[in-house]
Amino acid sequence: MTTYIIRRLLIMPITLMGVTFLIFAMMQILGPVERSALYVRDVPKTENQINAIIERYGLADPIHFQYWYWLVGRQDPQTGDVVGGILRGDLGFSRTGREPVIDMLQRRFPATLELALWAMIPIIAGGIWMGMKAALNHNRPVDQVSRVFATLGWSIPTFVLGLLLLLIFYARLGWFAPGRLSTQFALEVTRPGFIQYTKMMTVDALLNLRFDIFIDALTHLVMPVITLAVIQWALLLRVTRSSMLEEMRQDYVRTARSKGLKERTVVNRHIRRNALIPVVTIAGATLAGLMNGAVVTETIFNYPGLGQMAAEAAVTLDVITMLGFALFNGILFIGAYLIVDILYVVIDPRIRLS
Amino acid sequence: MTINTSEAVTPAGRPAGIPLDEGFLRPPSRLEKAVGPEWARLIKGIFTNPLSVLGLIIVTGFILVALFAPVLAPPPKPGANPYQIPRDGFLPEPKPPGTPWNKNAPYYVPRWYSLTGNEEWVHLLGTTGGQYDIWYALVWGTRTALLAGTAVVAVSAIVGILIGSVAGYFGGLVDEVLMRILEIFVVFPSLVAVLVLSSILVPIFGRSLWPAMIALIVFGWMGYARLLRGDILSNKERDYVMAARASGARDTHIILKHVLPNAIFPTLVFLSLDMGSIVLSFAALSFLGVGVEPGYADWGQIVSFARNYIVSLDTFWYVIVFPAIALLLYGLGWNLLGDALRDILDPKLRGKIG
Repeated sequence: MTTYIIRRLLIMPITLMGVTFLIFAMMQILGPVERSALYVRDVPKTENQINAIIERYGLADPIHFQYWYWLVGRQDPQTGDVVGGILRGDLGFSRTGREPVIDMLQRRFPATLELALWAMIPIIAGGIWMGMKAALNHNRPVDQVSRVFATLGWSIPTFVLGLLLLLIFYARLGWFAPGRLSTQFALEVTRPGFIQYTKMMTVDALLNLRFDIFIDALTHLVMPVITLAVIQWALLLRVTRSSMLEEMRQDYVRTARSKGLKERTVVNRHIRRNALIPVVTIAGATLAGLMNGAVVTETIFNYPGLGQMAAEAAVTLDVITMLGFALFNGILFIGAYLIVDILYVVIDPRIRLS
Repeated sequence: MTINTSEAVTPAGRPAGIPLDEGFLRPPSRLEKAVGPEWARLIKGIFTNPLSVLGLIIVTGFILVALFAPVLAPPPKPGANPYQIPRDGFLPEPKPPGTPWNKNAPYYVPRWYSLTGNEEWVHLLGTTGGQYDIWYALVWGTRTALLAGTAVVAVSAIVGILIGSVAGYFGGLVDEVLMRILEIFVVFPSLVAVLVLSSILVPIFGRSLWPAMIALIVFGWMGYARLLRGDILSNKERDYVMAARASGARDTHIILKHVLPNAIFPTLVFLSLDMGSIVLSFAALSFLGVGVEPGYADWGQIVSFARNYIVSLDTFWYVIVFPAIALLLYGLGWNLLGDALRDILDPKLRGKIG
């Protein structure tokens, strides 16, 4: 197991470097004028300006030089300052956000994280619970219903589900509204009296003991959370169900039963513990799915997170923001997959002890 | 005891641990003689499982709609570009189903249409804002979905199969390098990567099908490569490959004639599921606005029109409900088919399901 973890840790920097190569390669598809947005706020208009900027920031230098500038920054020959350099946290200037890409990522990430964390609750609780119920009642009505649910939930596109929820719960019933907060609270949370500790609205509201804001933020989260959760819920249900069915056929289960153990003990102590191991392997896929879903969900529900930022930038072809978003995702998910892989070998005794 | 010879030589034949039933002792049926035992089991399985029959019906239905699009929704003029959705004026407000069609109506009234006793064209499913006919968009959008989906899936499958089989067959350094490259591509959540790349490609290719299709291929081959590699790794130490190698066959011959044909079944499952999910990703891109130009017959775009009417979706329900049904059915059809294929082909489940 130690060898595996060491190997996995050694591969990580290689993947990280590969990710920077890939993003840099995508950037090279663009012309020097578009790439100049890494350094200047306004896209140059006249030919003289363009040539001056290409000269100044080395945008026509050999490609390995450009990669190096992009990675660590480059001294501006006119001012003497170091400019650019993703390692210095300079990802360029976002045209859509009118602010540096890195600031935008920092400001919007907590909102997406909050959405994803709330979505985890129905995904894990509902998916695992329904998957187990379905497996324990194999081929009975509960199983059939959850299978239909899983197939439907897996097939419905996120954007269609989101709009249908809006149609029912907003347009028809008026229970929930899009956005992050109601207008009366939206201003209040920016005032000095309300301290934004985590920038996650529900958490901040609790920390400030403002339960009215907490409830308001929560009601705004209901529709996006459902939209985001359904597809992952369906996935987790399927994995849990088939994993449970697989374990229920094993010899050790028969042994446990023949020892005279109570059915509940067999299920809880023997089957479930082993059946949940494969579920961990799809945790990475679930996180990636949440990020995919966030792009669509936040756009539909006008929720100011990373996904909405990406969708806006994509429509206006603000590629510098898109590439910053890609880099952020690359780093985030290299970390996430590393944790999931290590967790997997740690919790599975068959691998841990071998 | 005599064992049917065609069974005995099938490498992926009877798995260990399942008792011989009469199926292994009876003479081969006509179907088995014609297509071989594996295909026979596949075909029999698809047509006996009600869910896969449903999936097959749905998919066939979509193919028929795509084939007969010119009959179901004739273009307004004989020479017009059929993928351009005809507009009945430019009014911003959607019109409900059954509204008479004034401008740009199809140039002839099809024979089936007069069964309703009305010789005049109406908007069967209403119009979106900007007066695009929903029925027309859905019918021709089926063509777009199937054509783009098939092209993307075919190219990604070929690329993935090539890379996967090379990595799996040669192993060693080749495998190591290819797998490190693959890992870079799978780090990104799929929709995020595709959104970034297509927003970069739009300035080059213009608003058309190309940016999204290329992006979906660039980030779509990895699943096939992993599948093939794993399959080949488990197959290449088998006796029949050893025998071929001992008899002096070249590597390409062994890969093409012996290894690949045995890996075709798991690929089929993946293909079927991919056919559904690629089109849904494609539609999501169009929905977000990084797809075809406005007015091109495409499901994602027709759903995106609904975004302008979120507040009044209660009145204009038809702008979302009909496209939603089309997208849901499409995803459902391929998923049901893919699931059924997996159940039939998964050796773990073999013999355990009716």
